[in-house]
Amino acid sequence: MKLSKILKNGFLIVVACLALSACATSKKTTGQMQGDVYTGTDTVEYLASGVPDRVFFATNESVLTTASRETLRKQAAWLRKNSKITIVLEGHADERGTREYNLALGERRANAAKDYLMTYGISSDRISVLSYGKERPVDSGSNPLAWSKNRRSVTVKAN
Amino acid sequence: MKNFLITLIIILIPIKSFGLIEVDITRGNLNPLPIAVSPLSIDEESRKNFENILKKKNIGSEISSIVENNLKVSGLFNPLNKDAFLQEPDIANLKPRFEDWNLIKAQALITGKVSYVEEKLRVEFRLWDVLAGKEMMALAFTTVPNNWRRVGHIITDKVYERLTGEKGYFDTRIIYVAEEGPKTQRVKKLAIMDQDGANNKFLTLGNELVLTPRFNPTSQMVTYLSYFRNLPRVYLLDIETGTQEVVGDFPGMTFAPRFSPDGKKIIMSFAKDGNSEIYTMDLENRIVEKITNHPSIDTSPSYSPDGKFISFNSDRSGYQQIYVMKSDGSNVKRISFGKGIYGTPVWSPRGDLIAFTKLHKGKFYIGVMRTDGSGERLLTENFYQEAPSWSPNGRVLIFYRETKTDSKGKGFSAKLWSIDLTGYNERQVPTPTDGSDPSWSSLLSN
Repeated sequence: MKLSKILKNGFLIVVACLALSACATSKKTTGQMQGDVYTGTDTVEYLASGVPDRVFFATNESVLTTASRETLRKQAAWLRKNSKITIVLEGHADERGTREYNLALGERRANAAKDYLMTYGISSDRISVLSYGKERPVDSGSNPLAWSKNRRSVTVKAN
Repeated sequence: MKNFLITLIIILIPIKSFGLIEVDITRGNLNPLPIAVSPLSIDEESRKNFENILKKKNIGSEISSIVENNLKVSGLFNPLNKDAFLQEPDIANLKPRFEDWNLIKAQALITGKVSYVEEKLRVEFRLWDVLAGKEMMALAFTTVPNNWRRVGHIITDKVYERLTGEKGYFDTRIIYVAEEGPKTQRVKKLAIMDQDGANNKFLTLGNELVLTPRFNPTSQMVTYLSYFRNLPRVYLLDIETGTQEVVGDFPGMTFAPRFSPDGKKIIMSFAKDGNSEIYTMDLENRIVEKITNHPSIDTSPSYSPDGKFISFNSDRSGYQQIYVMKSDGSNVKRISFGKGIYGTPVWSPRGDLIAFTKLHKGKFYIGVMRTDGSGERLLTENFYQEAPSWSPNGRVLIFYRETKTDSKGKGFSAKLWSIDLTGYNERQVPTPTDGSDPSWSSLLSN
């Protein structure tokens, strides 16, 4: 089950990358977004020096981008060094979806991050997942940039 | 619950009616029926007694105002201005001078009387057809004085039923989520109020996030999602006693709860390892059943009124769409095929329609379709709105709408709105604070 999920995620990443290179001209990097994935640092906090606390997602997606995977590898390295730390992965959605679906989507996003951390050796005992759906936006704006900041999974120290 | 009981005594059944006024509710009503609501008359001694108990100067006029407001908000009636009434309320209740009421263009007339009898409130009222010069209905009932607002709602229900041929929806309550505070840190509480916004009461304190409350068929229990101790779980709340309990023992988030039509089960989603499936739990024997089995998001389940089918939304096709299956999870069929994404299906109490939320080209719609997906009709379009809930007679939908914030992220609000199945009569439902996730109760008195 786990393995197939990871494989599925990995497969989707490959597909996403192909899509990205295939239509590289249409996936513009406009300021702080690539496609509709947030690439800025406005809202990002740090778990430790050089270890960002969050990753961002495309609309309706839970696929990890290249940047997200890099962030999660840094988190995994930090977690391996600090083996007593446990974390909560808080999954969020933007306001452009129904409340109940967004709760499920937030859970799916946080689990995508969890699965990736586990492939870098972080035990599932140290990770819990909590979805907030669209209940806790970081940016109260009603525009594509605000929504991109809100589609996120945030790693929070639990102890 | 005792003091909610109202003794209803029919004192006079209308003589067989022919050619009397009728209101057609199947089409948008652009010519609401002109109706005169004569203030309920009251004798001086009763008036004083009620003023002492209820701190209302004239309880007869207060009850009439409730009836008047209900009729107006229904969109089907046009209550006429009282200043134009020529006949005194007490005399009108005995025998209306129909030519006087005709003169002010009233087609229907409501008269009545309130009295204080053995510490109770006794009301009688009559509905008259002005053009035909006939009494259409006469009813009397007795209740505790504190129930005076419900008396107004019951009168409206009886008048509505007599004139439209369908049950009313006025003696009902709404449970919803009251919201306050900045958009990034909303404080949410469960709240309950009468259908017209009166008697608002908060049921939780706001210490934890609460979402999506829904009534059971008798409207005495509520199932909802609470983030108590940061563990999002489905809860059950007894409104009368205030007792709360977690539903089931799931190792993860449970959400999107609703009752089965017989009130014996709760249907909900359970999310685990990034996958949300639909489950039921029997409230008597605690048996849990898994209904869906698919690696996509399956949520927002809602039973058909006969309990034989379940509608839900799933993104198994790539995007959120509406599906219907048998209540055991077999025969899953997609029913939404229009452009856009579809969610929050809710089966109408009559069983023939499913109300839903649709997102298409950046706009949100509340709509209805037949249970096989045909006959899609969009009732209202807005920046953001979702989560329709049916009035118990299936004629009106209540939902919530959120505003777009400005460039500085200011100006957010969430409000309850209602709209007729016809697509007409869209109205904001008054709430003391912002509100969302409304759920309409059943008719409290039958």
